[in-house]
Amino acid sequence: MSAVAPSVDKISGPTKKSEKILGMTDTLFYRIVSVFALFAIWEIAGRIPISVAFPTFSSTMGALWDMILDGRMFNAYAETLKPLAVGVSISAVFGVAIGVGMGLNRLMQWFWEPIFVVLQASPVAALIPLITYAYGIGLTAKTVAVIMLAAPIIVLNSYKAVRNANPSLIQMCQSFQGTRFQVIWQVIIPSAAPVIFAGLRLGVAAGFIGVILAELLITPTGVGDLISYHRSVAEYQYMYAAVFTVILFSAIMVGLLEVAEVKYFRPEKKKGH
Amino acid sequence: MSTAAVAQMPDQNASTEDNIVEVRNITKYYGEDIHALDSINLGFPTGQMTTLLGPSGCGKTTLLKIIAGLLETTEGEVLIHGKPVFGPGPERAFVFQDFALLPWATVIENVGFGLELTNKGTKPEREEKAKHYINEVGLGGFEYKYPHELSGGMRQRVGLARALAVNAEVLLMDEPFSAVDEQTRRKFQEDLLYLLANEKKSVIFVTHSIEEAVYVSDQIVLLSPRPGRIHSIIRPEISRDSTPDEIRRDKRYLDTVEEIWTNLRKYLD
Repeated sequence: MSAVAPSVDKISGPTKKSEKILGMTDTLFYRIVSVFALFAIWEIAGRIPISVAFPTFSSTMGALWDMILDGRMFNAYAETLKPLAVGVSISAVFGVAIGVGMGLNRLMQWFWEPIFVVLQASPVAALIPLITYAYGIGLTAKTVAVIMLAAPIIVLNSYKAVRNANPSLIQMCQSFQGTRFQVIWQVIIPSAAPVIFAGLRLGVAAGFIGVILAELLITPTGVGDLISYHRSVAEYQYMYAAVFTVILFSAIMVGLLEVAEVKYFRPEKKKGH
Repeated sequence: MSTAAVAQMPDQNASTEDNIVEVRNITKYYGEDIHALDSINLGFPTGQMTTLLGPSGCGKTTLLKIIAGLLETTEGEVLIHGKPVFGPGPERAFVFQDFALLPWATVIENVGFGLELTNKGTKPEREEKAKHYINEVGLGGFEYKYPHELSGGMRQRVGLARALAVNAEVLLMDEPFSAVDEQTRRKFQEDLLYLLANEKKSVIFVTHSIEEAVYVSDQIVLLSPRPGRIHSIIRPEISRDSTPDEIRRDKRYLDTVEEIWTNLRKYLD
């Protein structure tokens, strides 16, 4: 069948072989080393101590364990996750929709761009007291705070992602008689997916900042309360344990998003590259 | 000079029965003041390879994209089988300079993409067809690789297979070999001629390489720049029966290259 012999082409591209260290890939190994190095530096800094308000890594972990055992951590997260989940979901769904719409349609862009650029540039922490005037001190106010931080990033990233979709791929789809709908769904969206997901990851991280800010500034509840209460009574290891869980949780969420992205939008990245 | 038939009158081969594609009076402005093409009248004979050749800025890619229906004309019209067309159609398939492969799709998905868009046949039928053309372009065994795992030359073979798979009568190729290295390029030119001899396609080919144009073409349209006008039409009339090496040493081949170069050099400052 082969009418034409393959030419001298050779396979190129980023086929870096990953090496194995202690039975794991080198990337994983260095990541673990990096995390342990950070903890070691934390421990040393706490032991010096660089400040009386800076606990060691080991005492922080001890405090974390205490709070997990007595259920305080669980209760705090039950409280914090509500506005976070609602706010991030709203920001993700509407943010991506509005951002993609802005990328595809000039009218949408003119309408939404100033709003989100202003929001992104504004010092949201300073505006949070304003939210309480409008929405009180309940779940709504905290959700609004999350949205104010997360949505602009998600919207503006989605918008840029769509606007920068490879024009050559779009022409290709048109030349093979793709409809506008096919151009959008089969070319623009998958091509924009990496940047949209980058925006989602940053947006989720910003949402965490938003919910903690709201809990610190509006009403002390949830994890924000753990942080502010233990700071006020100078139990710094408990305060840092709470901060530590926020970072951990945020990192896990961001990691999960990355997995979802590769799984559903970028199968070519799966093959160990 | 006598080695190639030169038609100095641009209009003379337009509007005959044997032209699968004709362009009439095509003028293209980008914005207010960039005059890309000026009253182009051309016929593209059925079953032949016509090359649009000229220095950069002569509008050759613009003309090709107008024929493809990817760009609108300011004036004039494109006719396929004598009927005016607007926008892309099933009788034309495009091969892109930068390959335009979907990076998230495998070779077989990329080759079948044109079929998928127009929903031709069932999925197994489309895959069968894609596999056939992957073999035709010499990429058998690479069906489930992703574009980033292929070399430049192999990627363009995928682009060619995708264009062949939709079974269009006219192939529009926009500097298809300009992004691959010289050795790959020569091999690819030879393979292309071999493939097209069996496929009975009409090809419109854009290039800035004189040697490439003379080597692959039945008819060469020389364009002059700013605004793009037809300078002359040359038919190299080189026998395709000889081997590639013989053709590249053929006197007609060398004289035609020289003649085109003489014509084009005056546009270079």
